[in-house]
Amino acid sequence: MADLNIEIGGLNFKNPVLTASGTFGYGSEYSDFIDLSRLGGVIVKGTTLRPREGNNYPRMAETPAGMLNAVGLQNKGVDYFISEIYPEIKDIDTRMIVNVSGSTIEEYVACAGKINELEKIQAIELNISCPNVKEGGMAFGTNCGSASEVVRAVRKVYRKLLIVKLSPNVTDITEIAKVVEAEGADSISLINTLLGMAIDAEKRQPVLSTITGGLSGPCIKPVALRMVWQTAKAVKIPVIGLGGISDWKDAIEFILAGATAVQIGTYNFIDPTVSTKIVDGIEDYLNRHGFNSVRELIGNMQ
Amino acid sequence: MKKYIANWTVKENILFNGNEYCLLKLGLEEKIPEILPGQFVQVLIEDSSTTFLRRPISVHFVDKEKNELWLLVQVIGNGTRKLSKLKKGNHLNLIYPLGNSFTLPGKSGKFLLIGGGIGTAPLLYLGACLRELGYKHEFLLGAKTEKDILQINEFGRFGKVYITTEDGSAGEKGYVTNHSILQSADFDFIYTCGPKPMMAAVTRYAREKGIACEVSLENTMACGIGACLCCVEKTVRGNVCVCTEGPVMNINQLTWQI
Repeated sequence: MADLNIEIGGLNFKNPVLTASGTFGYGSEYSDFIDLSRLGGVIVKGTTLRPREGNNYPRMAETPAGMLNAVGLQNKGVDYFISEIYPEIKDIDTRMIVNVSGSTIEEYVACAGKINELEKIQAIELNISCPNVKEGGMAFGTNCGSASEVVRAVRKVYRKLLIVKLSPNVTDITEIAKVVEAEGADSISLINTLLGMAIDAEKRQPVLSTITGGLSGPCIKPVALRMVWQTAKAVKIPVIGLGGISDWKDAIEFILAGATAVQIGTYNFIDPTVSTKIVDGIEDYLNRHGFNSVRELIGNMQ
Repeated sequence: MKKYIANWTVKENILFNGNEYCLLKLGLEEKIPEILPGQFVQVLIEDSSTTFLRRPISVHFVDKEKNELWLLVQVIGNGTRKLSKLKKGNHLNLIYPLGNSFTLPGKSGKFLLIGGGIGTAPLLYLGACLRELGYKHEFLLGAKTEKDILQINEFGRFGKVYITTEDGSAGEKGYVTNHSILQSADFDFIYTCGPKPMMAAVTRYAREKGIACEVSLENTMACGIGACLCCVEKTVRGNVCVCTEGPVMNINQLTWQI
């Protein structure tokens, strides 16, 4: 039986399959469908220092083999997370990771500092790539200077595993990846959604209340795969790949491109059991191809 | 309530009004779990590049004797067209049961169930559940023309049916809110589902008369289980997910400017 264990920044994960922030709630939304403890990890909904109402409806537009969203980080804030949600999810037997976002560096730092105190949360994913908020979010992740500044500031207060989630809406993602690595990030996850747009021809109006939104789903997979491949070559820290993964084969492709782990996002909406199916599929693949460990497969293209 | 994901088998697929509507009767090997009136299912449309997401469809009826779930579907796009072409024996993957439900009254009174167009679908099962509890209620169903009034005999099994059509081809001419029954009778509770302008008009009527009222919303959805936060409705409590805190909402929760 192949070994599915992986390690990111000194932290062990039972397998390389995590669920992506914003597509998996706090995990419990899916517990009727799958055994959450079979996952490598769950990355919970983007959390900010203060509560956020998010953007107005409509926030979603279906597109060929994908969807646009403009949720805008709706969440009840980090204090609510700590008092109401954390006690409910802390004993789930998988790595629970909090996605942290903010409009200013001070907000990122304050939020990350509070999460740092939670015993059962061993990692955060710093979201410097949300395309759906007016301030902060993607603005931090599309510029080397601000990306470097926010990671440096959070690194000072956050002492556990720090993953930084990158935006694909840049000319050269490897440049951002390298500054994020230089500031002490333990790992990089990519890609967040691609900025897109939908128009209702009959109504002659944009579909989304925000006009533009983030594109996700199988339609973005080739772009994500390319960026993961480029980034994995450019940095030494482990890369977590995501973007349009819908089955075990997609997951294997990301690992071959150089990802140490993968995240499953939008496809959870189509098949709420897809994440554990992918765990099984990876194991089958390794056995079939005679690999002892999934670690042997990372970046292992012929 | 526990949610399930399973393949159902098409027992029957009945087309109405040309191919504009279909009534899917679906069977399950095991006993169908409890489904509340107003709840919906997320239907997987396979092999279609334009229908990537599941389609939320309200529960039209649960035939407990035959262990069947009925979905009443209006054919609008590629996804619903695929549903209309399903044949007996085909499989359909559903996530169910989803959402809250209409509030069943604690004591008898005068209840009116107002539906417009395909929005009449969930009211059949609501009517059946009310009848099972021994309550008396009436249906007021509106549509464009006589041909768009669906399942009238089924509705008739559970209560008196009033009709309006926009062209006057059946029942009273006009919109549901023009129907004479609204002028002549007093109701204790109104349940409604249909196009948003119709539900807004019903809401206005209920507010003016001080009648308790619930509407069933159909905001566009992605996940259907409260994970993605796409289907939100702005309420007096802020943005809430229609898929988990709805689709049924009391009009005193809504912030509609009407």
